Amino acid sequence: MRADISRGTTVPEVFETVTELTVNGRPSVLSLDTRVTLLDALRDHLGLVGTKKGCDQGACGACTVHVNGKRVLSCLTLAAQCEGRAVTTIEGVARAGAPHPVQEAFVARDGFQCGFCTPGQIMSAIALIDEERAGTDDEIREFMSGNLCRCGAYPNMVAAIREVVSEGNGNAVI
Amino acid sequence: MRSFEYVRATEVSDAVRLVSARPDAAYLAGGTTQLDLMKDGVLGPGMLVDITRLPLAGTERRGEALHVGALTTMEELAADPTVAERLPLVREALLKGASTQLRNMATIGGNLLQRTRCRYFRDPDVPKCNKRLPGSGCAAVEGVPRMHAVLGANERCIALHASDLAVPLVALDAVVHIQGPTGERRILLRDFYLLASESPDVENHLVHGELITGVEIPLLPAGALSGYLKVRDRMSYEFALTSAAVALVISDGIIHEARIGLGGVGSRPWRALDAERELVGSPPGTEAFRRAARVAVQDAWTLPGTAFKVELAQRCLVRELRTVSGVAA
Repeated sequence: MRADISRGTTVPEVFETVTELTVNGRPSVLSLDTRVTLLDALRDHLGLVGTKKGCDQGACGACTVHVNGKRVLSCLTLAAQCEGRAVTTIEGVARAGAPHPVQEAFVARDGFQCGFCTPGQIMSAIALIDEERAGTDDEIREFMSGNLCRCGAYPNMVAAIREVVSEGNGNAVI
Repeated sequence: MRSFEYVRATEVSDAVRLVSARPDAAYLAGGTTQLDLMKDGVLGPGMLVDITRLPLAGTERRGEALHVGALTTMEELAADPTVAERLPLVREALLKGASTQLRNMATIGGNLLQRTRCRYFRDPDVPKCNKRLPGSGCAAVEGVPRMHAVLGANERCIALHASDLAVPLVALDAVVHIQGPTGERRILLRDFYLLASESPDVENHLVHGELITGVEIPLLPAGALSGYLKVRDRMSYEFALTSAAVALVISDGIIHEARIGLGGVGSRPWRALDAERELVGSPPGTEAFRRAARVAVQDAWTLPGTAFKVELAQRCLVRELRTVSGVAA
């Protein structure tokens, strides 16, 4: 915000902070406005646009990433809070050029339509399997409920997750 | 969003000193309420003190109580073995709240301090809100009141306290541990909150700069029957229309101890002491449960849009009392 000094108003101070972020194993040092969320830091400052901005208020799950191995919402996390913590995004789940088994299963089972919520769904599903909460379809539905899909591709997502678990790829490490 | 200074605290005393020194400073823990309301323009702190690195996470068994550090996350507390074994209603309430992502972020201290979901409070373009602007009125009483309170509410404010966790905690007589600039104090959680009908803009007894450092939850006696029932518009990831946390100690066919918390109905997490008294000394049964439920909601203040909650809350409570006591419908 820039105020008009000639009219005697004050210029609001804008605070910045230098933050060292480690995303997908790569450290970067960013000088950021303190208001920048992890989501905006990933997308606008690190060019990692796989993480999506849906509602930007913690309701839809599209911005789900892992921080220290736990799934969280990057839209309600300040970038500065993540210094010294390991951030993993959808760009960091493939190994040696091969998609993550959950990614493979989403493709094989057609677990999406428009694809906008998909990175968040996959980050959530990888964590769900790690949490050992993919035992039944009901359990999958309950513990995936923080990720909304406006296309309604839920049945195929449940099938994809079930397939990964039944094939024993459940503990596939990122 | 107003620009703010960001400071990371490493000691509780530093955090308390920093926030106490500035009237416009606030604590930042999980951020799920704080950052959300800052984006909406409802909150505008000039300084955020990040407390997520303070040594206040984790649980410790202290005799017949569980001490829970304020920075323990909802997911961490739900996974605690003592909670699963001795406080199953707390575990149920935790896992029925929010989503896994939010539960990985939200802390126990923050959960107790979460602000109301009232859409009129959360929209600064709405001019009438006694919670945001004391004396301005209440847009909710003239608006869509489905998700609002009927207990501890009146024409001044019908904002609901939406925590699930706090419902069993008030029933269990959990104690909040608070660190302030001049020392520590403790307060029963059920005495911690004020009623929206009496003070819409002041929600609890914390003074500026005070920090919740932990919550002490007395364990249920061995053999107690307990549970948490949440009634909502969706099966998952939705706030309660009504909920009931109950714990009963029954022996020789008589209820010796009853603890009842109600959610989705009160401007604070609601402890139904009169309903408990109605049950103690009675044999468990539908008649006694219905009598207790009537007493629990006898002081309801309703609008056409919230009146359904009076009936729903009673049915919710009766059903959960039946479920835990094994009384057939």
